[in-house]
Amino acid sequence: MTTTQSGFALPGFELTDMAGGERRFPTGRHSLICFLKEDCHTCDLVGPVLQAFHQAWGDRADIWVLGQSGAGNAVMRDRHGLTLPLLDETACKTSFAWDFEIVPAVFWTDAKGALKSGLEGFLREEWEMLARDIAADLDAPAAPVDWDNLPAWRPGCGSKHLDPEINDRLRAEAENSPIRARRIEIASADDIAEFMFDQGFSDGLPLVPPTPERVLRMLAGTERGTQDVVAVAPPNMAPVTIEKIAINAVMAGCRPEYLPVVIAALEAVCTDEFNMHGVTATTMGASPVLVVNGPIRARIGMNMKLAALGAGNRANATIGRALRLIIRNVGGARPGGVDRSTLSTPMKFTMCFPEWEEGSPWEPLHVERGFKREDSVVTAFGMTSGPVQIVDQESRGPDQIAGSLGLGLEGVFLSKMRRMHTDVLLVVCPEHVRTLTSEGDYSKARLRARIQAVTTRPLRDMVANEISGAGITLEAAARLTEAQLATPVSKFAGENNIHIVVAGSEAGKFSAAFHGWMTGAMGSLPVSRKIEC
Amino acid sequence: MTIILDPTDERVPVERQITARTGDISGVIGLLDIRKPRGNVLLDELQSLLATRYPQVEIKRYEKPTFTKPAPNDLRLKIRSECDFLVEALAD
Repeated sequence: MTTTQSGFALPGFELTDMAGGERRFPTGRHSLICFLKEDCHTCDLVGPVLQAFHQAWGDRADIWVLGQSGAGNAVMRDRHGLTLPLLDETACKTSFAWDFEIVPAVFWTDAKGALKSGLEGFLREEWEMLARDIAADLDAPAAPVDWDNLPAWRPGCGSKHLDPEINDRLRAEAENSPIRARRIEIASADDIAEFMFDQGFSDGLPLVPPTPERVLRMLAGTERGTQDVVAVAPPNMAPVTIEKIAINAVMAGCRPEYLPVVIAALEAVCTDEFNMHGVTATTMGASPVLVVNGPIRARIGMNMKLAALGAGNRANATIGRALRLIIRNVGGARPGGVDRSTLSTPMKFTMCFPEWEEGSPWEPLHVERGFKREDSVVTAFGMTSGPVQIVDQESRGPDQIAGSLGLGLEGVFLSKMRRMHTDVLLVVCPEHVRTLTSEGDYSKARLRARIQAVTTRPLRDMVANEISGAGITLEAAARLTEAQLATPVSKFAGENNIHIVVAGSEAGKFSAAFHGWMTGAMGSLPVSRKIEC
Repeated sequence: MTIILDPTDERVPVERQITARTGDISGVIGLLDIRKPRGNVLLDELQSLLATRYPQVEIKRYEKPTFTKPAPNDLRLKIRSECDFLVEALAD
């Protein structure tokens, strides 16, 4: 705010002085409103000047100090022997509304509160001019200020209302705040963490309270409008706005730069192909497994190496959790409600990791799925188990290790089951990658074919028997010919059911797999979405 | 006092009342198979029991394309326009 904006009606306020009295602006008289901070040396410099103004003109104008430092008002009063009114501006709401940057900030107004002139910082010439203007406006003698003993110039300090913590709160409370969600007041006697558990907002673990300040900071993670509807979330088919995503992302513990990944992940799962309703509802217990590709992995500090599938990295942990909380809180998916999982899975807390593209000999997952390498992409898989370790520390031949990876997938659903219309996500560890490629290229297509080959058995193995009644019933088997029963059948209905990525530490011969649910139009298809960032 | 923002869907659902029980069954009964295995077995049995006890009612059979997804809107509208009652078989 500068002197060029004179005539502008300044926002009114009502603040408490040190005697506990309410002071209201506009006052009905000319006013000099001065914003000061106790720990600012330039504010200290102008304290005696303002006191001199008050002594000279206090009978015909209101000369008030609005102190931003709370108890600092008493310190300033005692330090300079101030008798002018000092108002409590600790909340900085008036500072925010008056929209200046530097203290000291002084505003000379007419009786109705319209700005006549204003200054920030201390430039002696400007202050002298202001003093002359005030004396002229009031038709009063000059104030007794020894200008020559004051420095020509001193920089001010940043106003307290611009401190990030305070500014976020003020922005959240301002009339043009982008926040529309219902505000829930929690009494100071209540424990916030317990309150959120009681309200059912939690997945069972503690939540970060989604205060308006935190949600505003989270919203800075995206360019999208806060009320944009990103998706319709099952099972309640609830519209999900960017604001609701941000609130749940705060609760999950996300940083603002993770928000675009959460948004893209939600878009991916709320599609007919992914079928989040079925993934939520199935008694088998399924949940999205998110794989992140592209430059955003490094930019937000995701962990794709040692312990990539486990605990310890904030981005990996909280992005997956934010998605789960959105589906729970906005979509309405609760265990015992639409979520009917018999045992469920810890993946319903969170499951998100990036592919270690740089450690892979293959095209990254997102490139295989039609995106550019420089795109950042999240891919969601509807999975029921995992990560299930596949241990082979002995194989030294490429086809041997590929064979072991295949055998490790035999247990998907049940080892006797074949021709499965289910997806599997194989996470190959770097040491297994090294063995695979030890004699030259080993393509993903070859690995998929090898997995199918080593898991191929005669159809007869699927017939119910005394060990297991699962599979082909005896009645159905009786209708098959010997030749039909001898037909070799592989584990997966198609090689395209086998999805392959690389992650993990460079030490250890332990790959892992996530086992799927039903795939195709009947179940859940993997869905990729570009991350807009 | 701390303020937090509501993380939930804030829509207020319409409360639907259960249809009045008249003690009488007439009109059309729909039997919806959600396509879980053997749901049809259960519904076949139910249909024959209903046909014996309530010969005056008409019975119509419906199927969801898959049990893993909500019923398509067209199917819901068709059932609503054709039936007075609906029995949905979850089965397994």
